[in-house]
Amino acid sequence: MGGIAPMAENPPAIVMDGAGLQSLLEALADRGYQVIGPQVADGAIVYQSLAAASDLPAGWIEQQDGGHYRLVESGDARRFAHVVGPHTWKRFLYPSLQRLWSATRQGQGFEISTEGEQPKYAFIGVRACELRAIGIHDKVFIDSGFTDAGYAERRRRNFLVAVNCARAGDTCFCASMGSGPDVGDGYDLALTEIGDADDPSYLVEAGSDAGADLQRMLPGRPAGADDLSAAADAVAAAARSMGREMVADAGPLLKRHLEHRQWDAVAERCLNCTNCTMVCPTCFCSTVEDVTDLSGMETERIRKWDSCFTLDFSYIHGGAVRREGGSRYRQWMTHKLAYWWDQFGESGCVGCGRCITWCPVGIDITEEARAIAASETAGQGED
Amino acid sequence: MNVLAPNRTVGQDPMVPRSFVIERVRKELSDTYTMDLVPRDGLPFRFEPGQFNMLYVFGVGEVPISISGDSKVTAGISHTTRSVGKVSAALNALQPGDVVGVRGPYGAPWPVADVHGMDVVFVAGGVGLAPLRPAIYWVLAHRAEFGNVAIFYGARTPEDILFRREVQQWRGRFDMTVHVTVDRATGAWSGKVGVVTQLIKGGGFDRHNAVALVCGPEVMMRYAAEALGERGMPKQNIHVSMERNMKCAVGFCGHCQWGANFVCKDGPVFSYDRAEPLLSIWEL
Ligand SMILES: Cc1cc2nc3c(=O)[nH]c(=O)nc-3n(C[C@H](O)[C@H](O)[C@H](O)COP(=O)(O)OP(=O)(O)OC[C@H]3O[C@@H](n4cnc5c(N)ncnc54)[C@H](O)[C@@H]3O)c2cc1C
Ligand code: SF4
Ligand code: SF4
Ligand code: FES
Repeated sequence: MGGIAPMAENPPAIVMDGAGLQSLLEALADRGYQVIGPQVADGAIVYQSLAAASDLPAGWIEQQDGGHYRLVESGDARRFAHVVGPHTWKRFLYPSLQRLWSATRQGQGFEISTEGEQPKYAFIGVRACELRAIGIHDKVFIDSGFTDAGYAERRRRNFLVAVNCARAGDTCFCASMGSGPDVGDGYDLALTEIGDADDPSYLVEAGSDAGADLQRMLPGRPAGADDLSAAADAVAAAARSMGREMVADAGPLLKRHLEHRQWDAVAERCLNCTNCTMVCPTCFCSTVEDVTDLSGMETERIRKWDSCFTLDFSYIHGGAVRREGGSRYRQWMTHKLAYWWDQFGESGCVGCGRCITWCPVGIDITEEARAIAASETAGQGED
Repeated sequence: MNVLAPNRTVGQDPMVPRSFVIERVRKELSDTYTMDLVPRDGLPFRFEPGQFNMLYVFGVGEVPISISGDSKVTAGISHTTRSVGKVSAALNALQPGDVVGVRGPYGAPWPVADVHGMDVVFVAGGVGLAPLRPAIYWVLAHRAEFGNVAIFYGARTPEDILFRREVQQWRGRFDMTVHVTVDRATGAWSGKVGVVTQLIKGGGFDRHNAVALVCGPEVMMRYAAEALGERGMPKQNIHVSMERNMKCAVGFCGHCQWGANFVCKDGPVFSYDRAEPLLSIWEL
């Protein structure tokens, strides 16, 4: 991430054809980046090492709904008509398993050693909501008084190629969260898929010095006014076709109803499976485990993703604080939509819809909020 | 209030502990020990009363434990730990010469430095006296700057009275009052029997100009705060120290979330006007 320079200093936008994407990947690889991007694997679009632009999921879109995800052919050649799948970029920036440090016993004491060099990642196809989610983690791990050294270093070395969404998914609601579908800023390069759906072109805009540098390596022609308006129209169309919508002022609404029968109602359906927290791009909770070898001489501290949906999560001597499913769902939802504002000055939900799609029983955060809002209008709901 | 660790060096990973050597271990109660620790790197350790450290036992785990020693001493630190489970028991099994990992100090302190001229009431339950002890030392070291000083202490039985010799010394001073009660009298106990809230009802402080520092089990703190409130003490002058599960102490792990607060960073010490609305919500 090269820092965000004012657009005036960046080269004017260009338009490149599909082959330009391969040039982009090669230029990134030349600069030592490990390139990660969307690909089809096991019936879903996932983020993994991207060897060639031909591995991008051209011609695929998803059907998504509460508890439902299926890839279908789009009938055209667009590479970024899909939206978001089960993976998030946090699996690279904040991996589900991280060794914090290891230690070796020496006499009555021990010596601690920390990790070596951090990977240098370039992400291809970061959506607006995901860019916002990365910004949120930057705040948690870098800018809130303490800095997570590993995370900060991975981010410092990180290159982000964002993609404007030209199509919204069935469980997307970023427009109502103010976090998309326009990528806004915070990227190195931004792409918008435009033109003929059977042979799409890419509007390329630089958002940082590192992005501008790279853009100069790419083949393409200067973007015209019609290219820019085609891109703007595509994003506007995505904004109009959001599959879901969050009620207005959800944060204050939930704070008014911390005791509400809807919490029990959702607890009756929720399996406490933790899926929603695992797929959420902003959930950052973790726990720590100590793994010691058989000799007892070597030990490692491992940090793993954790979830507020487990009973252990709130355990203190004497028993868990949040024993009921309702209080755990409330913890998750109020943190996302209400308390995050107090803690970090923004929403903890970016409206990506993953928690809806990947919930095995289809619990829908927008519906749960709507049910509470509706009870307020109807003047009922408190216990 | 300064909630940032004063001796955190810039660029150092906050998840990596410093090594401290156990200099001395003192058995306080059947299941509670105080250890004095000195840093292997010889650098000073500064903290404010009420702050805590994450203590790491090799290969076993890491737990939040309040600092129980004197904040004027920077060459070492003391911790008083009750064995309740895996890590605390492993910690208490360590011997002088053994090494523990220390991260900290963390958290918002007791507001002792901000309450000059006021009466100070300490209300402690069980091992809750340990996190209060640095504040007691601080107030006694600056005795002239405060009004009346009172300690209300409740223990389960006479055998569970922590820092017994020190409590007796404090009791013998003319410039403070110390009241001790036990839930259940055993042996030759001739003192009070009953809950600590009973002691608060006896008063001994100027309700308009007093601050209360309360530490103990959550229910005990609620009853104590209510009793202080009934005596006319404003909620913002009552301070409690909260316990929540903690895996990081620096706002990374989410375990200590309590409403809009990270107990590790925004607490553990909270004024009761902030704590009460949260304590009243079911399983928050
Ligand atoms: C700010 C703070 C200060 C504390 N100061 C002291 C002190 O001075 N002396 C003392 O004896 N105890 C103190 N405690 C409580 C102490 O942290 C727990 O007793 C300890 O974590 C129990 O761990 P365990 O592995 O022995 O127990 P287990 O029952 O095996 O616990 C398993 C895990 O749950 C968590 N856990 C369990 N109980 C607590 C708890 N009460 N608070 C936080 N996490 C918990 C820990 O992560 C622990 O590793 C303090 C807690 C907090 C939050
Ligand atoms: S709460 Fe759900 S919709 Fe919001 S960011 Fe997380 S996964 Fe996406
Ligand atoms: S809301 Fe759905 S995904 Fe989340 S824990 Fe409950 S059942 Fe699992
Ligand atoms: S203990 Fe990890 S966030 Fe507070």
